Amino acid sequence: MEAGTPQVVKLEDLHVAGQLSGRKHILSILVENKPGVLARVAGLFSRRGFNIDTLAVGPTDDESVSRITLTLDGAVHPIDQVTKQLHKLVNVLKIRDMEPEETVAREMALFKVSSAVENRAEIIQFAEIFRAKIVDVARRTMTIEVTGSADKIEAFERMVRPHGLVEMVRTGEIAIGRGHD
Amino acid sequence: MRAADTLMESLKAEGVKDVFGIPGGANLPTYDALVDADFRHVQVRHEQGGGHAAEGYAKASGRVGVAFATSGPGATNLVTAIADAMMDSTPTVFITGQVRTELIGTDGFQEADILGATLPFVKHSFAVTDPRQIPEYVHQAFHVASTGRPGPVLLDIPQDLSRADIDYAPRTEPVEMPGYKPSTEGNIKQIRIAAKALASARRPIFYTGGGVINGNASAELRELADSDRFPVTSTLMGLGGFPASSDRFLGMLGMHGTWTANRAMDNADLIVAIGARFDDRITGKLSEFAPNAKVIHIDIDPAEISKNVGAHIPIVGDVKQVLPKLTREYRALQTDSSRLDEWWNTLRGWQEAHPLYYEPGKDGEIKPQFMIEALHRATGGDAIITSDVGQHQMWTAQYYGFDKPRRWINSGGLGTMGFGLPSAIGAKVACPDEQVVCVAGDGSLIMNVQELATCVTEDVPVKIFLQNNGYMGMVRQWQELFWDRRYSSVEMGASPDWVKLAEAFGAKGMRCEESADLEEQMVAALEHDGPVLLDVRTVPEENCYPMIPPGNAARDMVEAPRKTVS
Repeated sequence: MEAGTPQVVKLEDLHVAGQLSGRKHILSILVENKPGVLARVAGLFSRRGFNIDTLAVGPTDDESVSRITLTLDGAVHPIDQVTKQLHKLVNVLKIRDMEPEETVAREMALFKVSSAVENRAEIIQFAEIFRAKIVDVARRTMTIEVTGSADKIEAFERMVRPHGLVEMVRTGEIAIGRGHD
Repeated sequence: MRAADTLMESLKAEGVKDVFGIPGGANLPTYDALVDADFRHVQVRHEQGGGHAAEGYAKASGRVGVAFATSGPGATNLVTAIADAMMDSTPTVFITGQVRTELIGTDGFQEADILGATLPFVKHSFAVTDPRQIPEYVHQAFHVASTGRPGPVLLDIPQDLSRADIDYAPRTEPVEMPGYKPSTEGNIKQIRIAAKALASARRPIFYTGGGVINGNASAELRELADSDRFPVTSTLMGLGGFPASSDRFLGMLGMHGTWTANRAMDNADLIVAIGARFDDRITGKLSEFAPNAKVIHIDIDPAEISKNVGAHIPIVGDVKQVLPKLTREYRALQTDSSRLDEWWNTLRGWQEAHPLYYEPGKDGEIKPQFMIEALHRATGGDAIITSDVGQHQMWTAQYYGFDKPRRWINSGGLGTMGFGLPSAIGAKVACPDEQVVCVAGDGSLIMNVQELATCVTEDVPVKIFLQNNGYMGMVRQWQELFWDRRYSSVEMGASPDWVKLAEAFGAKGMRCEESADLEEQMVAALEHDGPVLLDVRTVPEENCYPMIPPGNAARDMVEAPRKTVS
């Protein structure tokens, strides 16, 4: 539509853009590497009532910039509102709502599993199937490192849990776009 | 140069002419540097007062308000003012002293993590960790506070760093902050769609807010409204952005808005929100808000768009830049304005049947609404009016009739009782040639009454017109209407004697108990050369109407009960 044309907009044709996406979102947020930045981001989530599922923070190739990768549920929170609020933080430089098909996402987890002699072989077999690494073995436990998508880690958890899951530590997902930007 | 002196130089470079504050241990260097600084410092009596004064200063003038406080309790006393400035998007810079660097984190004397405490309420904040940061941070602080959607910025400076010797060069270059680039222009395609939607609307309404005031866009709003016969309503914060005396102004909307404004929103087919944020006091029950309307939302803060009410045509930008474009695009469409005839007939019908109304006072008693009408006459409708929070605030908003922007200064978002007097001080310091009147409530005024001393000692001749009904009136009204009239801790009683209190501070105290005397006494107070507190005894149990009961929809609005004529 051009300026000045008599063509009208019919009010009934106007729609509000959908707000809840209904899926998990991974937000990759570049922030200035300054004291208190994480507190600002975390504080924003808590005071707006947004619930973070996982959170990972680390350096980037630029030492003045850090990356916060967080996941949250788009069925509960309007992602649009979350990213707009985040953008208002002066220390936030860039936010990417990672498209699932365009993204490689990885998480690492450490599982300490009780391993009596009789089930040790089976656990080692699981680890092989999941391409996991056994990083520590003690008399009664084994510690296994798994890397992959959150789904893979959850699947591994389901496999070993019946054998006695002593402890599980997860990093939260990190993600990178496929191909070159 | 000593870092504290570079602070003064940096403030001067930003155009600062006045600051408000109180010294203490951790900001001793700041106050030492202040002795030689060539701007005015108004010594307030409580940091909260200093903070609100900075807000009043900013709201009256559009310039950034500045307040100083020391560490610990000085800084925490500022917190309410900082939160208030955040809610009302008031451009302010708060500069706090902090304990010496080596004491930070040790629970040192008068140490408080003010940066942490204020994180939820600041637009941005800076903790100085190297004295050389001070000039740059000041430059950035003023930029962030005053551009985009304005707001409060905190600068926290440890005492030892203020004393360091650093090189100083004035910062004049434009601020470059990679994470801060407000968009101001508005997407022209969206603006064209908005113009076309306006052209096809049959029941449009402009819903204007504080963004029009903050954006200095009153003239631009007028132009747009004049491009056709568009009806205009305003939020509490937007009053004066469009002249109340215009026959196209429907009055304020929201919980205590006019019947016509609220009905118009309820029946509109197109709402044009201009610098307004669909606050709950506007929408009432969200699910029943404006059920038939499409929404054009113009705001400089993208996060406000579709936050509470979904926008069909979002336009992110500075209203001052967007409105002229919208006017141009709309004019180009050359629409037939007779399509609005039916809408105006409806609106006029509502206005006639449901005007603002109150039962006139009997036997010389002073109705609070009458008091505001008298104030309008006494000031020629052209004073800067500040208020506290409560019934008197709503009555002032309803009955004063603001025709110009920056004449109405109140705490809208946070609703801070005790805001009126200190903000009046700020307004008067910013605009010494204007009449500045604080319409106060007796529940509110006592909360920052210490600032009367500031008025006297700093020679700030504000006039306080106290609407004294002996109650915390709005809470009483809610207890009466919604809590079965079980009054709980709302009586203020007879204390203090306000006239004597004013006199004790060295101000002039006056009292009015007869409606016939009121206007004359107001004029006398305005003409008095110095601060005055006029204690106006109003009827104790008047309720503020119309009212949309909390959690209800606009169509559930309740009007003032009318006594039947016998």
